[in-house]
Amino acid sequence: MQPFADIISFLENSSIADAVRENDLLFPVIESIHVLFICLVVGSILVVDLRLLGFASTRWPVSRVTRAVLPLTWGAFVVAVASGGLMFISNATKYLGNGFFIAKMVLIAVAGLNMVVFHFIGARDLPKWENDSRLPLPARLAGGLSILLWVAVVACGRWIGFTMQPG
Amino acid sequence: MVDAAILSDVGKWLAATSLSHTIQTTGWIIPALQTIHILCVAVLFSSTILVDLRIWRLLQRDVPLPDVGRRFLPLIWPVVLVLLVTGSLLTIGEPRRSLLNTSFYIKMALLAFALVLTGLLQWSLSSPEFWDKDRGRRIAGRLAATASILAWSGIIFAGRFIAYTQAG
Repeated sequence: MQPFADIISFLENSSIADAVRENDLLFPVIESIHVLFICLVVGSILVVDLRLLGFASTRWPVSRVTRAVLPLTWGAFVVAVASGGLMFISNATKYLGNGFFIAKMVLIAVAGLNMVVFHFIGARDLPKWENDSRLPLPARLAGGLSILLWVAVVACGRWIGFTMQPG
Repeated sequence: MVDAAILSDVGKWLAATSLSHTIQTTGWIIPALQTIHILCVAVLFSSTILVDLRIWRLLQRDVPLPDVGRRFLPLIWPVVLVLLVTGSLLTIGEPRRSLLNTSFYIKMALLAFALVLTGLLQWSLSSPEFWDKDRGRRIAGRLAATASILAWSGIIFAGRFIAYTQAG
């Protein structure tokens, strides 16, 4: 894993990482931006998940709901990853040693996988049922799983703040 | 402005209650409350911003504005209640963290403004063409939507800054 360790130490020793670490205002501002955009990611995905579960927006076809909110989700996700990345490089070694950080990354990957699986398998015959209020089991499973995963992502994110040794 | 000494006394009294003691000494309670609090902020902020972006005609142009408002605005009020409960419990658990903190009062002032604005927006959307009657109305609608986005963003910033601006 030497190349990986080299990349980590290169990032951690970069001048950007140094600025985030040393400047009193930079870290809280980046963290606030991160929280704000994570809220938009989770809130907008929840709109889709609740539709898949048949709990809300049931008068709208699924594709109309996804078209309405996914641009917001993806835009917010990009900013959340960028701001999260800046916090990560400021203390990369300590974040990698934090179980909640690792769990958060794994959970985000699983949430992405859940989305891909639903998109390519569960939603193959979407036009056939997307107007129904009660959707087929795979759609409901994907929605329910997504809610659980994102709630866990937020919880892990908050727990990172309570378990990181001060820089 | 309330005297800082009175706030300090209120904080001491709160910190001495058994509820505060339980919150302080049970390690998982504060992060759990904060997690619920952030999840509720996620629902509230995403809901209002979807309406604000619809007013700007950036999202959901094919859905009438009142429909978007009806879908997303009524649900924020029960969520606000959960936020008040979790926020109050966090304040009871660590009274000095909030009561002697400028960020906390900025957050509360912005919250009062944002709640009134959101209530007015919700009311305005009950008449179908409210923000579309003439050019002036369209501009006013966009100003209101922008004020809403800025106010809720300010609340999130001030909320996070509570952790960084605590008195001693």
